[in-house]
Amino acid sequence: MAGGVYEQPSDYIQHHLSNLALGNHPDYGWGFYGGDKVADLGFWAIHFDSVVWAILMGALFIGVFASVARKATADVPNSKLVGIVEATIEFVESTTKDIFHGRNPMIAPIALTVFVWVLLMNALKFLPVDLIPYTLEVVFGVPYQKIVPTTDPNVTLGLSFSVFFLVLFYSFKVKGFGFIKELSCNPFSFKNPVLQAVFIPVNLFMELVGLIAKPVSLGLRLFGNMYAGEVIFILIATMTALGFSFFTVLGGASQLAWALYHLLVVPLQAFIFMALTLVYLSQAHEDH
Amino acid sequence: MELVYIAAAVILAAGALAASLGMGMLGSKLLDATARQPEIAPMLQTKMFLLAGLIDAVPIIGVGISMYLIFVVAPGLA
Repeated sequence: MAGGVYEQPSDYIQHHLSNLALGNHPDYGWGFYGGDKVADLGFWAIHFDSVVWAILMGALFIGVFASVARKATADVPNSKLVGIVEATIEFVESTTKDIFHGRNPMIAPIALTVFVWVLLMNALKFLPVDLIPYTLEVVFGVPYQKIVPTTDPNVTLGLSFSVFFLVLFYSFKVKGFGFIKELSCNPFSFKNPVLQAVFIPVNLFMELVGLIAKPVSLGLRLFGNMYAGEVIFILIATMTALGFSFFTVLGGASQLAWALYHLLVVPLQAFIFMALTLVYLSQAHEDH
Repeated sequence: MELVYIAAAVILAAGALAASLGMGMLGSKLLDATARQPEIAPMLQTKMFLLAGLIDAVPIIGVGISMYLIFVVAPGLA
């Protein structure tokens, strides 16, 4: 693996699909590991590259939006950046108004954060596969690097479960005990209390399964899209490794085609993540 | 131990079949509705993209898992 010389394509793919994990290895102690050594780092291993790139994108989001917000004026936007930021905010605001009908001033900022952060994290896929990992390997000797945080299930499931806890928080805040009542009497509700009591476990089971399915599907959907796209980007990159031939040209063309397709997939997945977050939050605020 | 590849292929085939049927129906309904009321075409399109993303969800999770099977599990076994 040193110097990026790979015997077979699957080594190249294996290398580019493994994260840089920071953890305490039983025999080598604390340090950065990748590939197969990550498995025996145990539970306390942090995917360092996903965390760093996610924080970088978050900082980029906050920095750009804060600087533009500070210079906000009422007249026509003078620079393109201000125009982009205003368009994004208007888009998120109109979507929030369509989907969310409650009265909560926190919802639009949450939607904006989720949308732009996921969009920026996904947008890292447009960089060529080996641009950053290889330069880091040559310059800093970083062995493994997966720069798109959303291809890491921990990141996407972390995002979706934090949205899930927000939903639970607002459900209890708005509905209080009604939330438990809604969970336990929803599909089968009867006037006769005895019959109702019989059906409470059935209702609870069905409702809880549905409740858990929401964050899991929300997280895995984003992960699946980005991971599958990343694997195919890497596969295309292996095509160009065969020296200049018909395959290299085909590799270049398919790289371009797949990147163009992702011009649709990247914002669409960010939009779907935001839309579903809004749908779940508005369900949490419904008070019959 | 070549069953892993067959498993991945089955996941991909089932997901692709279901998604394409769903997308086909979605597209045809969109065209019918647009033909009936052309003025709401933009709104229909945003709804269509949202639903296309949702239809795509399960097959793409299947693709993600089968890619994991092919590239991580299979070399590990062999």
